[in-house]
Amino acid sequence: MRSIVAITLLMIAFSVFARGVYQTDEAFLAETFNNELPKSQVVWVKGDLRKSIDDILGHRYAGLRIRYWHKDGRKVWILEEIGKEQPITFGIITARDKIEKVKVLAFRESRGGEIRYPAFTQQFDDAQLKGNDLDRHIDGISGATMSVRAMTAIVTLALYLDKFTRQ
Amino acid sequence: MTLFKKTAVAMSVMVAVSSVQAATPTNEEIWALLQNVQQQLTEVQQQNQQLRVENSTLKIKVEETELVALEANETAEAVAVATEEAVKTASLAARRTNIGGYGELHYNNLEDQNGDADKDEIDYHRFVLFFGHEFTDDLRFFSELELEHSLSGDGKEGEVELEQAYIQYDINDQHSVTGGLFLTPVGILNETHEPPTFYGTERNPVEKNIIPSTWWEAGVMFSGEIAEGFSYDVAATSGLDVSKKGTKTSYKIRDGRQKVSKAQAEDFAYTGRIKWTGVPGLELAATVQYQEDMTQSNDATAGSGTLFETHAVFERGNFGLRALYATWDLDGSGPKADGYDEQTGWYVEPSYQISQHFGVFVRYNEWDNQAGSSTDTEYEQIDLGVNWWPHQDVVVKLDYQDQDAPKGKTELDGVNVGLGYQF
Repeated sequence: MRSIVAITLLMIAFSVFARGVYQTDEAFLAETFNNELPKSQVVWVKGDLRKSIDDILGHRYAGLRIRYWHKDGRKVWILEEIGKEQPITFGIITARDKIEKVKVLAFRESRGGEIRYPAFTQQFDDAQLKGNDLDRHIDGISGATMSVRAMTAIVTLALYLDKFTRQ
Repeated sequence: MTLFKKTAVAMSVMVAVSSVQAATPTNEEIWALLQNVQQQLTEVQQQNQQLRVENSTLKIKVEETELVALEANETAEAVAVATEEAVKTASLAARRTNIGGYGELHYNNLEDQNGDADKDEIDYHRFVLFFGHEFTDDLRFFSELELEHSLSGDGKEGEVELEQAYIQYDINDQHSVTGGLFLTPVGILNETHEPPTFYGTERNPVEKNIIPSTWWEAGVMFSGEIAEGFSYDVAATSGLDVSKKGTKTSYKIRDGRQKVSKAQAEDFAYTGRIKWTGVPGLELAATVQYQEDMTQSNDATAGSGTLFETHAVFERGNFGLRALYATWDLDGSGPKADGYDEQTGWYVEPSYQISQHFGVFVRYNEWDNQAGSSTDTEYEQIDLGVNWWPHQDVVVKLDYQDQDAPKGKTELDGVNVGLGYQF
């Protein structure tokens, strides 16, 4: 039993970040736009757009508006979606119909934090819409099905909003 | 308009002057002319004044309209913010307590190849409700309450089981401690067994008979992450009791589950698991458990027990593969006498998801609860079938099983059909 406690303490001492805020919204925006932050714009979630958003997410979107930042053809979306029980915050950059970057800014679930690793998020690089779905299969993480689902839906939503704001 | 009027007056004067030059008017005519000019000037002045007033009124109205529009915009913004905040607050409150669940209805049409123990039945195998509550961001409760086989009570087929009821506290962002009744961290299905997440109507026989899933104990567990993709669990819990007593006539591992129901706690079990999920679609894990006495000191010949389990889960595109190996080593002379000193099994399950809604699989299983025996005690089973997901959280399953049992033992071949869900 002593050795178990010792091993546990050792693991705690040499651990990495797993649950919490990895980057603030402001820092993500500043990094994306080299500290030259454009004025934010807003998409009102109403009418047919609301229906499409609800379809993509698989549930009703709780907000009235979605804020985004647009400069030189690049748009930043900071969106939240619940994995199993808690909201996960995603920072997404879209550029010309494609995903430029996806980053988990904050993770609050007790399981599934592996979705924040570049090895996982890189699967979304250059992803595009195919109809109202992603153009590719995303390999999941065992035991983190709900977090993977949430991320896939939110990336799809960002691409859809990118398209909508260009109409 | 004003300019036009002025021009008209000027022209009238010019005409009048030129008329004087053309034919000299009388004083009366000049007087009349001047009065006419005066009259027109007065009218022009009045019109100018009126226009100034109208212009001023319009300006005020435009400013008022702009103000109203601005206020409307600010009101809309305020309403939107207030509504969003209200929704957020309400959903946060709702998120504090979570309800979930899963269930599965099974139909088995299986024929015993070695006797008359056919299994033709329809059974609501599991009806499960989850209740969880977040006391704070770092402290939570989770529970799983299950009704097996629809009816419970004296003489009934089923039972009501508390399979999980624990408090979990986040020590920091990487590590947590769990206390209470929780699922043992072992195998593929033991912790994640909602019907839409696996192939086959029935859970695989290897994890059922060797691990033995579903397996829960009470105690304390530390869990966390030590490097990118590496996680660990270490637990000290109540243990199994595989002693021969009551209806139990063997040292079979599955019969040793005490289910934390007035469970004997003479000897504890110590479990450790390491898991790697560093690459998308891949999970590699291994679990070791040690129990000082496998019969809670009821049987002096039982000795200690050690479980070793390892598995791989791989998903790449539409292709999936699960493979698991588990073995128990019981070191007492009692289990050794009947071959229960080694209880081993493994399976491999390739699958292919044809579309978002359809997937097919085949699974080869082999297990032996008396692997230490010199006689044939090994079971083999091949399963093949299809899952249909009309929704990602709802599944219909159809599969065929072909079993190969030891001589004289029940050997069930046939079809299984299942309906399952999770939320």
